[in-house]
Amino acid sequence: MDANANKNGNRENFEVREHDILIIGAGGAGMRAAVEASEKGLSVGIVTKSLLGKAHTVMAEGGMAAAIGNVDSEDSWRQHFIDTMKGGKFINNWRMAEIHAKESPGRVYELEQWGALFNRTPEGKISQRPFGAHTYRRLAHVGDRTGLELIRTMQEKVLATDTKVYMETTVTKLLQDASGRVVGALAYTRESGKFIHYKAKATVMATGGWGRIFKVTSNSWEGTGDGAILAYDAGAEMVDMEMVQFHPTGMVWPPGVRGLLVTEGVRGEGGVLKNSEGKRYMGDYDPERMELSSRDVVARANFSEVQAGRGSEHGGVYLDITHLGYEGIMAKLPTMHEQFLKLADVDIAKEPMEVFPTIHYTMGGIKVESEHCATTVPGLFAAGECSGGLHGANRLGGNSLSDLLVFGRRAGIGAIEYVEQNTHGTDIPEEDVQTEIRRVLDPMERPASDNDESPYLLQSELQDVMMEHANLVRDEDALKEGLRKILAIKDRVPNVKVGGNRLFNPGWHTAQDIRYLVQVSELIVRCAIERKEKRGSQWRLDHDELVEEYGNINFISKKGPQGEVEIERREIPPIPDHLAELLDQSAKGAKV
Amino acid sequence: MTENGNSPARAGATAIADDGPKKKVKLNIFRGTEEGGKEVEYEVELAEGMVVLDAVLKIQAEQEGDLAVRWNCKAAHCGSCSAEINGKPKLLCKSRVDEYEGGEINVGPLRAFPVVKDLVSDVSWNYEVSKRINPFHSDEQAPFTMYEEDVERLYEPKKCIECFMCQDVCHVLRTHHKHEEFAGPRFFVRNQWLEMHPMDNQNRLEDIKEDDGVGLCNITKCCTEVCPVGIKITDNSIIPLKERVADEYYDPAKWLMRKLRGRRNGSSSS
Amino acid sequence: MSSVAAAWKKLPWWVEPFTVAGVLIAFGIYSTAVIVFAGGQYEQYISPFFSFTATMETPAWAPAFITAPMLLLWIPLGFRATCYYYRKAYYRAFFWDPPACQASAQNREPRSAENYRGERALFVLNNVHRYFLYASFFVIAFLWYEAFRTVFTYDGFQIAVGSFLWFANIILVSAYTFSCHSFRHLVGGNMDCYSCVRGGNARRKTYNFVSRLNAKHPQWAWYSLFSLLFTDIYLRLVAAGTITDYVLIPFGG
Ligand SMILES: Cc1cc2nc3c(=O)[nH]c(=O)nc-3n(C[C@H](O)[C@H](O)[C@H](O)COP(=O)(O)OP(=O)(O)OC[C@H]3O[C@@H](n4cnc5c(N)ncnc54)[C@H](O)[C@@H]3O)c2cc1C
Ligand code: SF4
Ligand code: SF4
Ligand code: FES
Ligand code: FES
Repeated sequence: MDANANKNGNRENFEVREHDILIIGAGGAGMRAAVEASEKGLSVGIVTKSLLGKAHTVMAEGGMAAAIGNVDSEDSWRQHFIDTMKGGKFINNWRMAEIHAKESPGRVYELEQWGALFNRTPEGKISQRPFGAHTYRRLAHVGDRTGLELIRTMQEKVLATDTKVYMETTVTKLLQDASGRVVGALAYTRESGKFIHYKAKATVMATGGWGRIFKVTSNSWEGTGDGAILAYDAGAEMVDMEMVQFHPTGMVWPPGVRGLLVTEGVRGEGGVLKNSEGKRYMGDYDPERMELSSRDVVARANFSEVQAGRGSEHGGVYLDITHLGYEGIMAKLPTMHEQFLKLADVDIAKEPMEVFPTIHYTMGGIKVESEHCATTVPGLFAAGECSGGLHGANRLGGNSLSDLLVFGRRAGIGAIEYVEQNTHGTDIPEEDVQTEIRRVLDPMERPASDNDESPYLLQSELQDVMMEHANLVRDEDALKEGLRKILAIKDRVPNVKVGGNRLFNPGWHTAQDIRYLVQVSELIVRCAIERKEKRGSQWRLDHDELVEEYGNINFISKKGPQGEVEIERREIPPIPDHLAELLDQSAKGAKV
Repeated sequence: MTENGNSPARAGATAIADDGPKKKVKLNIFRGTEEGGKEVEYEVELAEGMVVLDAVLKIQAEQEGDLAVRWNCKAAHCGSCSAEINGKPKLLCKSRVDEYEGGEINVGPLRAFPVVKDLVSDVSWNYEVSKRINPFHSDEQAPFTMYEEDVERLYEPKKCIECFMCQDVCHVLRTHHKHEEFAGPRFFVRNQWLEMHPMDNQNRLEDIKEDDGVGLCNITKCCTEVCPVGIKITDNSIIPLKERVADEYYDPAKWLMRKLRGRRNGSSSS
Repeated sequence: MSSVAAAWKKLPWWVEPFTVAGVLIAFGIYSTAVIVFAGGQYEQYISPFFSFTATMETPAWAPAFITAPMLLLWIPLGFRATCYYYRKAYYRAFFWDPPACQASAQNREPRSAENYRGERALFVLNNVHRYFLYASFFVIAFLWYEAFRTVFTYDGFQIAVGSFLWFANIILVSAYTFSCHSFRHLVGGNMDCYSCVRGGNARRKTYNFVSRLNAKHPQWAWYSLFSLLFTDIYLRLVAAGTITDYVLIPFGG
């Protein structure tokens, strides 16, 4: 399939691959979409920056939320819906929340059908554990490695289909035809630096989040927001980008592991938070739910305790699970035990852990239509963490894994239908491809100059700015100052320069990511300036909590005609009666 | 986070940091490709609790931008950062620098697979093997009724993070290059849970014997020694499979019984 | 113990294969000498190498070089030779396939890729291990019988230091035998679902118990080898009058 076999002048060779559907990202969401489309007999290609099975999904520990009521039989999709909306402070896409609550159980069963093994109840059913802000015990889990089970099951399922997997391949641009519809993407292989032009009738974006914009993060190098910005550049609308979740409990010591996640499962299993005075302080913040309050609340509590000078030795708070004893911990949280013992010399069966909030998840993202995850750009669908809407202002633990499968599947269906209904070609002018290739190669091939910047240092500088100005408490002055700094860094992005050649060159790869990081940071800060209230994870010290005027508003950001960021306040469509009623009842204190 | 005012509550932490000149650590890292290369010595500042991956990434960020290494989770969950330290496969994110105090730290790529560059090897062969394994299948509809007692022994093989270090250290692959005939320990681990799963109704014993080449394994247990998640690969996956294969192919009494029973079935149906 | 293990790990890689080879060779020489040249019984004690063959005559049809214990010894010998653990030990120590796991050791593996057949060619015979296991049950039964014989002598009941050795030996040999992988397979390893069949729960419990024993199979293999050796040496030292068997409880009951 080699096109343009000879390289003449500055024309580059590239390979052409054609598929009905191109899926960008092989986390839970991307793979679920791939299985859906592949089983329908369509030709599917799935692209991932890492090896297969190494996406963020593998790191999820706690579990997957689904109202299957195996442990608490009163549970229902209605209560799951209410919990999700409440957690998201009611700016969620209510239709997505409804679909999610209704379809999660089916996705859990489907995993089991494909060979996933969850912990069992004594009756031989799937066991469920409690988690923050879920009314009932709801998280299907297997020890503290649920994400591993999920991704391995999906991976084996994908490998059993005809899906073509492109590992360690990075997409750098969505390719659009004259009418603006997405007809493929350009990518390069990390191993060899060769380019591939994917032609596809439909494309599904499933690239995960952008936790790498912060220094203290639970995310890997992959979490740079590629998909969000690729879609944004293609003209897609983004929703509520200001909503970034801080997980209450990240490791703090030693420095090398700062930000590494300590699963919410620890609190789910009865772990207790204490300050340096030995006080269990969650009673001051949420006396009812204590440690199992929603993440935004617990994160701010931990943050405030340290701010007030009641922090631990290395600037965190204490999380104590010693009551479970060695046996209990090895049964429920073996990975955590190993992680602390090996990396921090702490035996969590005997001593408390030191923890502090770490950036974890991005609720905002590409705006999608709720039934089949179509973005506002024709031919482009999105699912998983890179899309936005379901989680509103704050995501509940465990709602992401279920989100991936529910909407990964639906995005797959959307793409299938789109392919079936459209007969368009996928050709684009070769010049578009060549221009993009030149842009990608530029940091390596351009001659060195005095202005050259290191991609690593620039990324690190940006992370510092975000830590300082857009952290889990925010105010207008700091945000504006932050925006100024981000824009200054944005101007320096074209100066990024790397050495070495195309062969597996991490410097070059990092040089690609920096563009996404900067753009996504700009969107976050701009939206955060607009939303003048405290709501979920957006915590504006200079404004009140849950300001009515923002209560039914999503902030939609979009690339303007001059390349500037356009932000629109958009009202959330009125919630239908059957759902409104549920929320009403629950507000009155009734369980449904 | 100190920028935000959450400075450490106790002065102790800072006191350590100010303690005279910073300690340095030396690493010899393989730089090169399959065609060849050499060990290059680097020096980085030692931080408390530093793992080898931290040191490598520091070198990458500060000295050698194109130093190739794989990593993702930094928490021994994903199995990306496998490489060899002093000739033994290790997860770089789990190997503390202070473990090697006083000794050398030589870091190189996995050698049972073609080296791409520096610390990165081409492990794609593993995914091809994975693809040919007969996947889980059950005729029953989930949700299954399955008891903890029946599945508790499956959690162990399910822990596998696909670091492929067992594949790297296995002499059948590493020394004898039997990649064509041998699936490697990682995939016996997978075959084991598939075969022992109470709901799965496939029979893979022929594949395990013929295609996966379980007979090539001489149970010398190097795979077990290196597994970072502590799977007793040889004892709990390979040997049980060997026993099942023996039931099917090497046990004269069982063979005779099958013959007799088979004949009886045959005669009753005719 | 763990510090010993840690220190052991720090030694150069070749220490382990050489030690194993040395011990196995020494054991081989000793046992051959005993079987070919020595007797097997002294007072109430029977050498564990001989067991019930101690008083037997070799049958007339057997060639001259066959001694009585050889009629029995093929069982434990075959059992150990085909044992999954000893296989590991001798593939490493004698065949260097590989001698140890780090790169520098593996590079010394002598066989070329074409010649390496693992357990496919000759060693496929190791698959008969289970039959040696079944045969070993008889040997075990006799060894228990003979251990009891050391306390219930013709004169009545007595406990001497030797009895402790005999019991220690048979306990270790039993632990070795019942921690066998083939046994583990037999009792439950060959099943996929315990709750699906009647009596499955008992099978599962047995299987779990054997699995726990099995985790220490290598240790049992060594301990029982040494206990065999010591018991036999003790017998010969007593018989030679070098030491006296100290009687703790004479003619009790
Ligand atoms: C430590 C941790 C613990 C968590 N625990 C839980 C939990 O207990 N429960 C829960 O519900 N959620 C949890 N989450 C959240 C959840 O795991 C993630 O939100 C979810 O896995 C995201 O899945 P995804 O499919 O959207 O994307 P990811 O799994 O992030 O996958 C993204 C994919 O896109 C690819 N990609 C990205 N950019 C490009 C590009 N430019 N070109 C090609 N490919 C690209 C990547 O290589 C990757 O394959 C946790 C997250 C973390 C980090
Ligand atoms: S036990 Fe078998 S699979 Fe494991 S390393 Fe040795 S030969 Fe390879
Ligand atoms: S079995 Fe162990 S060593 Fe092998 S790939 Fe899995 S985790 Fe790695
Ligand atoms: S980086 Fe994931 S295992 Fe080391
Ligand atoms: S495995 Fe060692 S005796 Fe059977």
